[in-house]
Amino acid sequence: MNQHAQRQDHSGGPAFIAKSELLNADEVARALKRMAHEIIERNQNLENVVLVAVQRGGVPFGEVLQVHLADIGGQAIALGLLDVSFYRDDLDQRPVPTSAATSIPSSLEDKTVILVDDVLFTGRTIRAAFTALSDWGRPRVVQLAVMVDRGHRELPIRPDYVGKNLPSSREEAIVAQIDGVWIGTRGAQ
Amino acid sequence: MIETIRGQNLLSLNDLSKEAIIEILNEAESFVEVNERAIKKVPALKGRVVASLFFEESTRTRLSFETAAKRLSADVLSLAVASSSVKKGESLRDTIATVDALGIDAVVLRHASSGAAEQVSRYVPHVRVINAGDGQHQHPTQGLLDAFTIRQTLAERKGVDPIASGASLFEGLKVLIVGDIRHSRVARSDIAAYTSLGAEVRVAGPPTLLPQSLAEWGATFAPNFEEALRWADVVGLLRLQRERGTGSFVPTLDEYTSTYGLTQERARLLKPEALIMHPGPMNRGVEVDSKVADGPQAIIRRQVSNGVPVRMAVLYLSIAGLGGAK
Amino acid sequence: MNNILITGAMLVTANGAVEADLRVRNGVIREIGPALTPLEDEQVLQLEGQWVGPGFVDLHTHLREPGGESAETIASGARAGIVGGYTALVTMPNTEPALDTVALVSFVLAEGARTPISIAVAGAITQNREGQQLAPMAEMAALGVRIFTDDGSGVQNAGVMRRALSYSKPLGVRLAQHCEDDSLVGSGVMNEGPLAESLGLGGRSNLAEEIMVQRDIDLLRSTGGSLHLLHLSTARSIELVVNAKAEGLDVTCEVTPHHLTMDESACATYDPLFKVHPPLRSSLDVLALREALSGGHIDAVATDHAPHAPETKDRAFDEAPAGLLGLETAASLTYEALGQSACDPVLFYSVLSRGPARVAQLRASDCPVGLSAQGGALEVGEVANLTAFDPHVHWRVDASALQSRASNTPYADRAMFGRVTTVISKGELVLHAGELQ
Repeated sequence: MNQHAQRQDHSGGPAFIAKSELLNADEVARALKRMAHEIIERNQNLENVVLVAVQRGGVPFGEVLQVHLADIGGQAIALGLLDVSFYRDDLDQRPVPTSAATSIPSSLEDKTVILVDDVLFTGRTIRAAFTALSDWGRPRVVQLAVMVDRGHRELPIRPDYVGKNLPSSREEAIVAQIDGVWIGTRGAQ
Repeated sequence: MIETIRGQNLLSLNDLSKEAIIEILNEAESFVEVNERAIKKVPALKGRVVASLFFEESTRTRLSFETAAKRLSADVLSLAVASSSVKKGESLRDTIATVDALGIDAVVLRHASSGAAEQVSRYVPHVRVINAGDGQHQHPTQGLLDAFTIRQTLAERKGVDPIASGASLFEGLKVLIVGDIRHSRVARSDIAAYTSLGAEVRVAGPPTLLPQSLAEWGATFAPNFEEALRWADVVGLLRLQRERGTGSFVPTLDEYTSTYGLTQERARLLKPEALIMHPGPMNRGVEVDSKVADGPQAIIRRQVSNGVPVRMAVLYLSIAGLGGAK
Repeated sequence: MNNILITGAMLVTANGAVEADLRVRNGVIREIGPALTPLEDEQVLQLEGQWVGPGFVDLHTHLREPGGESAETIASGARAGIVGGYTALVTMPNTEPALDTVALVSFVLAEGARTPISIAVAGAITQNREGQQLAPMAEMAALGVRIFTDDGSGVQNAGVMRRALSYSKPLGVRLAQHCEDDSLVGSGVMNEGPLAESLGLGGRSNLAEEIMVQRDIDLLRSTGGSLHLLHLSTARSIELVVNAKAEGLDVTCEVTPHHLTMDESACATYDPLFKVHPPLRSSLDVLALREALSGGHIDAVATDHAPHAPETKDRAFDEAPAGLLGLETAASLTYEALGQSACDPVLFYSVLSRGPARVAQLRASDCPVGLSAQGGALEVGEVANLTAFDPHVHWRVDASALQSRASNTPYADRAMFGRVTTVISKGELVLHAGELQ
């Protein structure tokens, strides 16, 4: 059933063609709720927590988590947006993506920062995010929440909160959005 | 016509399509934010070397470019050639070869001769050349930061996201450029940018300071200055060089001011929401009254502060834009 | 070698072209006829399909001696001329110092006499070419100088020009003018117009040329004398000259190969190789010049060969000196401008040889002592100054293989049609199959 044969994603690369749906919208929603509970369980004091969503894919997930944490935890949590285009370590290997907005609400000095992203793959995007974060102070703790962990790490980075572990082969592409997660391919039609 | 300056030289705004210009303006928005941080630096051009080669002195523009390069973490080689032992008439090719031998990724070049940037790009085709002003020809980053400032200001006023607005805020925008268009590289770049983005451009000034081929630039002549001031949404004032006001092009500076200066009386003719711009440095009292320049309609300070983010966007896209291709 | 038999070629006289053989003995044309039998002691040149006519005469060459030898010497310029088919060059006086005295003119004539071709000298009209005081034209004329010019610049002051025309009239010489009014040219570097404006380059208005052309024609009408207009470049200039000739005034004119084959668009890349005074003009001007050339209104094609040391052209466009090379490419470009296969050989040799020989007074009837008569009728008894042109070959300009010391040719790598193959100067074979002898 391929009604979403082509998903729009923001990586700026070749078009994504979905092969099959791995999670539907309900499954995504439930996973996010569960992750919110896990965050609260692990961080007794939500006062010091700041969510930082990685542009662009992490933003919708950050927004949802922000709502859940407020509802469940009874605490308004700040949500920052972080574009890591300028921090990538592969700038001289492929065309630079168009950058999106960065806005970090305040200093991150001594805060518990929870980075939020859609898909954790090689880990290089998160490494870039670490470098970027340090420009806003030194957080006390940095945790990582991702909707999908698809393996194939190239750096020693592990997530603290995972929506779903989805093994995949390197050549495949995975797209995670609020209304579902798909596996497919990237490339010319 | 180039569709993007990724991996390309920036020599003239006449070369860029509307899409290429918008791409730079959009990227510059991100760099505005970087310039507001406590640590105004990103590692995007780490390990790259940018040479700033100013054969014509300009502290402001040179500092703006060098700051932009440094905030991208590039290494900057600063050569104020105008004050060095390089005499006028020394082979441009030799000077460039010497700098290139140091191993550079890009050169930001300002020169008193039109076309110098293009000539340099032929001498060192593997180096990205950014034209910081060549004679009377073009000053592309000035045109870009002027367009950026207009979009930023209008988007704020209307409460819209500048990036989402694309070029729509320029469509049908009435821009009046006043002064020595004929000898101005800023005017050429501004007119190229504004007409590309869809604005309607008129020019006003003494006949001896206007080009003959306005129609080919996409602009029209406004014979009645006062009427044009009433018409304009944006007024861009050009600096009148003192040398021009000594009798050969214009009889005296006073006469220029009385016919084409933006005096307080003339400023009252403007629409209340009209914007006043100037690329700087200003000759207060000549092309613009001091109070008018400091008044609420003038967005001159914004132009200055937008210089660094726009130049960061240009350097970033030009140097890093294509990835590995060198 | 001055015993030569030319076979198989088209001999181009002033009236027509005829296929015949031509024999030179001891440097003089001795026999013309069909199928001549070769003699034992003569060199036979088989020039099938080629044109043979009088050697070319350049009314306008810049040999940079004295003062500018790094760019060109009289010797190297002569070699460049030979390769281009020239057996005579008129060298311009804007050397350092200028050729405005007997001593300097003598020096150049003496150096020129050591080359295989004839080097005539154009003396300055005013002292040091400053346009103020008249130079000793009578003394220089006594040495054989027949053309006077301040070339490099025009004589700006009308009063000075009028006096120069009056003074020189009884000397039987011709005054040549570089028509550009300095006040209308300012610091311009290319043709004034929309292209210059968009490039941000200062313009040299066509008015600067036309106003001076008109002025000098009017002065000539009042003083009498002989006037030659150098490197005319605009349609209107040609129109003024055509009208003046119709009036009966003794005015002649030349156009350059570059004004016949390139327009201002060549400057769009800011390459100083295309910078020249007067500048490359609009495409309409180029068309008008070509029409005038084909219509017989132009007396001569002259190169304005202007060598410059390479580092000087490696500067920004407005800082580089103006001028480009011309001797080695002129014939091919003239052939092209006259329509290639439609080119009339008589007209070809008229504008490259007979016309300039008349303007410069280098013909058998008026040639000064010490120089060899040019622009001949190809008749028995003439000293052999001959150039063979093969209209069938194609070649490409190699800027590194020029005879000139300089290499500022705007035609590098350009495809060329037709080529000079053979030159006999002062009766001696100096160029054969494109090689200097």
